[in-house]
Amino acid sequence: MSGGSYYVPDQSRFPIFMAFSLFLLVMGASSTINNLDDPNSNSAYILYLGFASLFLTLFFWFRQVIKEHLAGLDSNQLKQSYVYGMAWFIFSEVMFFAAFFGALFYVRTLAVPWLAGEGSKGAAITAIELWPAFESTWPVITTPDNGVEYELAEKSMAWPGWDHALKWLPMWNTIVLLSSSVTVHFAHLGLKSGNRKKFNVLLGVTVFLALIFVGLQAAEYYEAYAHYGLTLNSGIYGSTFFMLTGFHGFHVMMGGIMLAIMLARSVFAGHFEDHDHFGFEAASWYWHFVDVVWVMLFLFVYIL
Amino acid sequence: MSAVIENHHEDHDHGPAKGITRWLYTTNHKDIGTLYLWFSFAMFLIGGAMAMIIRAELFQPGMQIVEPEFYNQMITLHGLIMIFGGVMPAFVGLANWLVPMMIGAPDMALPRMNNLSFWILPFAFLILLSSLFMEGGAPNFGWTFYAPLSTTYAPPSVTFFIFSVHIMGASSIMGAINVVVTIMNMRAPGVGLMKMPLFVWSWLITAYLLIAVMPVLAGAVTMMLMDIHFGTSFFNAAGGGDPVLFQHIFWFFGHPEVYIMILPAFGIVSHIIETFSRKQLFGYSSMVWAMLSIAILSFVVWAHHMFTVGLPLAAEIFFMWATMLIAVPTGVKVFNWVATMFRGSLTFETPMLFAIAFVVLFTIGGLSGLMLAIVPADFQYHDTYFVVAHFHYVLVPGAIFSIMAAVYYWIPKWSGNMYDERLGKLHFWLSFVGVNVTFFPQHFIGLAGMPRRYPDYSLQFADWNMVSSVGAFLFGFSQLLFLFIVLKTVMGGKKATSQVWDGARGLEWTVASPAPYHTFSTPPKVD
Repeated sequence: MSGGSYYVPDQSRFPIFMAFSLFLLVMGASSTINNLDDPNSNSAYILYLGFASLFLTLFFWFRQVIKEHLAGLDSNQLKQSYVYGMAWFIFSEVMFFAAFFGALFYVRTLAVPWLAGEGSKGAAITAIELWPAFESTWPVITTPDNGVEYELAEKSMAWPGWDHALKWLPMWNTIVLLSSSVTVHFAHLGLKSGNRKKFNVLLGVTVFLALIFVGLQAAEYYEAYAHYGLTLNSGIYGSTFFMLTGFHGFHVMMGGIMLAIMLARSVFAGHFEDHDHFGFEAASWYWHFVDVVWVMLFLFVYIL
Repeated sequence: MSAVIENHHEDHDHGPAKGITRWLYTTNHKDIGTLYLWFSFAMFLIGGAMAMIIRAELFQPGMQIVEPEFYNQMITLHGLIMIFGGVMPAFVGLANWLVPMMIGAPDMALPRMNNLSFWILPFAFLILLSSLFMEGGAPNFGWTFYAPLSTTYAPPSVTFFIFSVHIMGASSIMGAINVVVTIMNMRAPGVGLMKMPLFVWSWLITAYLLIAVMPVLAGAVTMMLMDIHFGTSFFNAAGGGDPVLFQHIFWFFGHPEVYIMILPAFGIVSHIIETFSRKQLFGYSSMVWAMLSIAILSFVVWAHHMFTVGLPLAAEIFFMWATMLIAVPTGVKVFNWVATMFRGSLTFETPMLFAIAFVVLFTIGGLSGLMLAIVPADFQYHDTYFVVAHFHYVLVPGAIFSIMAAVYYWIPKWSGNMYDERLGKLHFWLSFVGVNVTFFPQHFIGLAGMPRRYPDYSLQFADWNMVSSVGAFLFGFSQLLFLFIVLKTVMGGKKATSQVWDGARGLEWTVASPAPYHTFSTPPKVD
């Protein structure tokens, strides 16, 4: 907080454009989802329009911010505001994941055992009258109604034992994602020591690893749907599995896109200095966050 | 570099832009604060009109005015609009106007994002309100949207509801991040944490709560969306899920949300009572610690909304005691407000009247909350009008009175004009009488067993319901007087001095009235 004058940006069209894009996006998404059964529905075009205008707005907004920064308009105070802002944004993302992890812990430790008749609530009528055959296990690939409303899966995604470990995709995914956290860290060190080449190469490797991760995840989903009969519709195990890994996979894509943009900025525009590169740093924080979430996922969704 | 960028430095001396683009493209915290406040006033009147429909239907037993389906949509939208459209944006508007001035900052830390946070809201509520005209009608499952009412049995418009909640949440999170960053990073030299005005403290804590729980709400509606359209079974026991899971997640958001709607009120009332008692606030640091304790405790009390759902005994006992613990820091605050007034040179201008009514009536709401926290008693009270009376006592003469108090207290600073004191007092007394006539009888009919959320009721509840409706019409129509007073003040009136109130402390009273478009272009000196 030095004594100089403050910087307040001029009026800007970007925010209201972005709000309107979000409006188009969610109106389009809602109508599309409500008309999934109707092949003649045109709602998806609103959704596409929303996406397009959102990306355009974001592009020009970020371009403006970068231009201002390169013109030297950003005070140290504003830079610090970006740092705090990104940190709190990541905290909000942690809480978003917490909702889904909370759901997982709740069904694993309480709901499923109760449905099978355990504990003080297990005397509930559901376990005795409605679904007496249901047993509490995890991963639970049966459902209480035994496949009436929800389809039963044949196999879960859980740890298959050491004999099959090498063919187990989540293991490879873990290795890929953990390595990418290491490469992005060394890319950062390279940038800090002024070694642009090292930065570009290692960041490129990171983006490549992100692509591999998404590819492996897609292969895993294909495996689940095509060979295991494990779908969104196969009861609570399928629900939590796809919700957590899918939401995480979406975040990997976001983080990967951020890092790819940083790479493009560095390679094509020569952005970032050894002491001045918060755009990259924010993206790398996000990447480490995505990585930590994966470790939690690996533990609680796959291993335990 | 483009001309846009080169203009920045001169821009500090400029006034607001002309025409509508001033409001559409603004990055000014005062403009955005004004937008938030008018938006929330509009929502307050729309949500209030819905409350009038509800009370008109309940004026007599039997079905008079609306269909039961429409009644359900009214209670749902009334709750959603008042919470997400009325109270929360009003507090964000106040934060926008006041926080930068109180800490000696030129503006909010991230001014363009600030504009985005606001402009999402009109679109979100457009979507929500448009659901009234959709096939199957608007959401009809209550503002708490419990599964399976909101999943298996929901009207198709629930999809639009889910996405509008998503973008409202994004708006709140961005607004909250902006407030936190502003407070942490933009304080003028000398404004240490324990020197911050209490309104700033209350908003720092509120913003933290918002960032922590709005994403959880987003998670809840996302799971609903998946259950409705994509075949998952989070809230369906037939697939191994649990409808009670929805309630846990919802109230993990919902209880901190309750404090999001009252902590800024604590801040406001502390300032007003201090000013009109002409004494220093009693127990500043205990006020800060009390708010922090309330915020932390708010994360471990959520299941007190679910005592009758069939929780294990241990959970019921834990949540009962944790809830009662909140009475301690809240009691500290009420004690401090009373102690501030003790032997002060009190005067009773309109803001002070609202603030004192806040202390008294909020305490009544708090005590009925304690009654509800007792598990065996709650088995009796749950989902009756006693609950309705309780939360309206903390929200209407609590949160909303504090917002009105804030408007009367700071409007001379915003507009440069004094409001009409006689009309202000009239508005206060009409509101005060109206609120109590509306909600106090609801304690009686609730204890006598009248359930909430029904458009019809047994004959023995008729008298008090009629009284309650009369009070509601009185309260509702008095708010048009409030609108008139605000408009009259903005248009003209006696010029306000910079100090405005002789006992007022704080940086915002050191600048002219109305406050200049850009308050502090260099940091002020604070001792």
